[in-house]
Amino acid sequence: MAMVLSEDQQLLRDSARSFCQDNAPISVMRHLRDEKSELGYDEAIWQQMIELGWPGMAIAEKYGGFEFGYTGLGLVLEETGRTLASSPLIASVLLGASLLTEAGNEEQKSQLLPQIVNGELRLAVGVDEGPHHNPSRVACTAIKQGAEYVLTGEKSFVLDGHIADKLVVAARTSGEPGSENGISLFLLEAGCQGLQIQRTQMVDSRNAANLVLDQVRISEDSLLGSEGAGFTALDAALDIARIGVASEMLGSVQEVFQRIVEYLKQREQFGVQIGAFQALQHRAAEMYSEIELCKSAVLGALRCLDDPSATAKDRARMASVAKAKLSEVSERVSNEGIQMHGGIGMTDEFDIGFFLKRARVAQQFLGDASFHRDRYATLHNF
Amino acid sequence: MLALEQFRDSTRAWLEENCPPSMRTPMVPEEIVWGGRDAVFINPESKLWLDRMAEKGWTCPTWPAEYGGGGLSSEEAKILAEELARFNARIALTSFGISMLGPVLLEYGTHEQKMEHIPKIIRGEIRWCQGYSEPGSGSDLASLGTKAILEGDEYVVNGSKVWTSYADKADWIFCLVRTDFEVPKHSGISFLLFDMKSEGVSTKPIQLISGSSPFCETFFDDVRVPAANLMGRLNEGWSIAKRLLQHERTMISGFGLASGQGDRGGTTSTTASLEGAAMHYRGDKDRLTDPALRDQIAQFKIDSEAFALTSQRSSEESKQGGPNATSSMLKYYGCELNKRRYELFLKAMGSKGLGWGGDEFEAEELQVTREWLRSKANSIEGGTAEVQLNIVAKRVLGLPDMLSLASKK
Repeated sequence: MAMVLSEDQQLLRDSARSFCQDNAPISVMRHLRDEKSELGYDEAIWQQMIELGWPGMAIAEKYGGFEFGYTGLGLVLEETGRTLASSPLIASVLLGASLLTEAGNEEQKSQLLPQIVNGELRLAVGVDEGPHHNPSRVACTAIKQGAEYVLTGEKSFVLDGHIADKLVVAARTSGEPGSENGISLFLLEAGCQGLQIQRTQMVDSRNAANLVLDQVRISEDSLLGSEGAGFTALDAALDIARIGVASEMLGSVQEVFQRIVEYLKQREQFGVQIGAFQALQHRAAEMYSEIELCKSAVLGALRCLDDPSATAKDRARMASVAKAKLSEVSERVSNEGIQMHGGIGMTDEFDIGFFLKRARVAQQFLGDASFHRDRYATLHNF
Repeated sequence: MLALEQFRDSTRAWLEENCPPSMRTPMVPEEIVWGGRDAVFINPESKLWLDRMAEKGWTCPTWPAEYGGGGLSSEEAKILAEELARFNARIALTSFGISMLGPVLLEYGTHEQKMEHIPKIIRGEIRWCQGYSEPGSGSDLASLGTKAILEGDEYVVNGSKVWTSYADKADWIFCLVRTDFEVPKHSGISFLLFDMKSEGVSTKPIQLISGSSPFCETFFDDVRVPAANLMGRLNEGWSIAKRLLQHERTMISGFGLASGQGDRGGTTSTTASLEGAAMHYRGDKDRLTDPALRDQIAQFKIDSEAFALTSQRSSEESKQGGPNATSSMLKYYGCELNKRRYELFLKAMGSKGLGWGGDEFEAEELQVTREWLRSKANSIEGGTAEVQLNIVAKRVLGLPDMLSLASKK
């Protein structure tokens, strides 16, 4: 497992970087925030991303994708993290397509995956039901009635929930909340009867929604995977998404750090550049070290996803390494981003605050540092 | 590719035939082979293994065959390392000649100097020590005052060094000396090589808080050194000194790498891994019952994994596999990790990790205590943590240097 990028991967990263810098700079995010965009992302930019093939990056060729691997998708997400460019890449591709790939049958995959690649279909995935990520604590029920299931319950923090065309929802067909057995996955139309979708306004100005399912009746064909055995596929897809989100966080962390170092060289007080003060130098050097570890954790995790010999447990372990490490470091670096910029860092006019806001949402999303340390310990039998 | 696979096959076959049985068992500290004129081999197979490996040049796999090295490409060296790991083979020779002096000697030495010293390093015949720190020159190493005055075709060396690792066991020293007192401190330093048996050299061990004495004070009293033993140019020793420090940092950063499966590596005992020790000493069965410790151990292990991947990435990124600008970061982080490791071992073991001697403690428990104490030096030796952070801030991040700003005013 090489820890350096191939030439093709470097080219992809460079082109993704210039695309984001030129076409999806942070001013776009500010604009979306100011106009209280209902969509939460810029449709024209999303169409360009589709043309660049980003949604199909990690999807198999037979489903219309480009098989460039998760490392490729991770590099793209990292660049979107640098400019805080929002798009359906996370909800629809990273979570949705991964879940279809892991759980769907051949018919579902060959019908839906190509639509994700060409942008016709936007998916959202509803797993959590409380303020904390906990994929086995599903209380939402699905009761079989003839050829239908009846779903009742609630979902929270559903990314892109209110703009998705279809939603995948985890519901319990047996067992108690907290048990990994008895969880089933269902594919719902956004407009289906009994489904209420309420957008939540989050601090990062992106899209999330709460769902209320009140006796939603759906055909048994809408089941993704087999009844009661959805957790394995769900957790595998979540691991892919956790690593993808860690990639995005890596981009943001590096951007904040770069801005910090530039400011330390530019800002003068007491007649010298403040970067000459050792109190700030050492904090900067420590952050640099932590970010180097972040780069390796993310690349190692992406490599693991692309390694055909890696087991589900390997992926789970690396997903928790990457998400725990990035959650920890992005908290530190985003806080230093404000502190080291001083008063100007507190102003809305200055962009650094956007990174702080996004960092906290990304930290919570799919498990924060303590969730993943706990999971890592469990995976290591202690 | 085919050639590499053939190399792997022949290496495996050679190891099968030549690696003695006891050399395929975990290393014990008393049997580490440092070489040298007075080398003692407690286990005779250690000597056999050293000689066989040295014959192939595989104690220094990538050094030029011309001087007795293995002459391997970096790909071949990687395969050799993998095959050695497959056999669980012990390191045949550990020395500062290999990890510190050799690389800079190959870079800066004359052909004659290389012919003289490199083969003896490879074969473990001469054991080297490092004459760097002085009583008044620690982090400000370049302020060193040990002086060397040219008299005819000899330098006369006077002064003293401190923290000279294993000076009492070493045969030769690579030593920083001041050869010009009239110029700025960095511009008057030279790099000398000389025999520790020379008249006027004396050493005195320093006992550490861990009870052991790996370091010495070293004194030079009118030591006469042939002028031909100057390495590099006169008064240009500082750049060699810094280059060597990069190699030293890379070596020390390896302390942060857990070897094998466990956190202390190489053993299957109760103190092999942190979680194993924590559960053993608490009487836990399936799950570590102290949630705070469990979280800290998980965080440590996650950082260890990310650090190991970073070391790998760093060596793959620098094409020659040599040290680069990240060596200071690796040194800093690796040493902090190692100190964290031992603090966690103490937490995991409770009072069993705090014994000093006697029959109430297992030998291994006592060893952990001593290793914990020894680990405190990690962020001091080879350049303190603070010096590494300074280097990262200035050389890697390009932040301004307050000292040079002040001197301009």
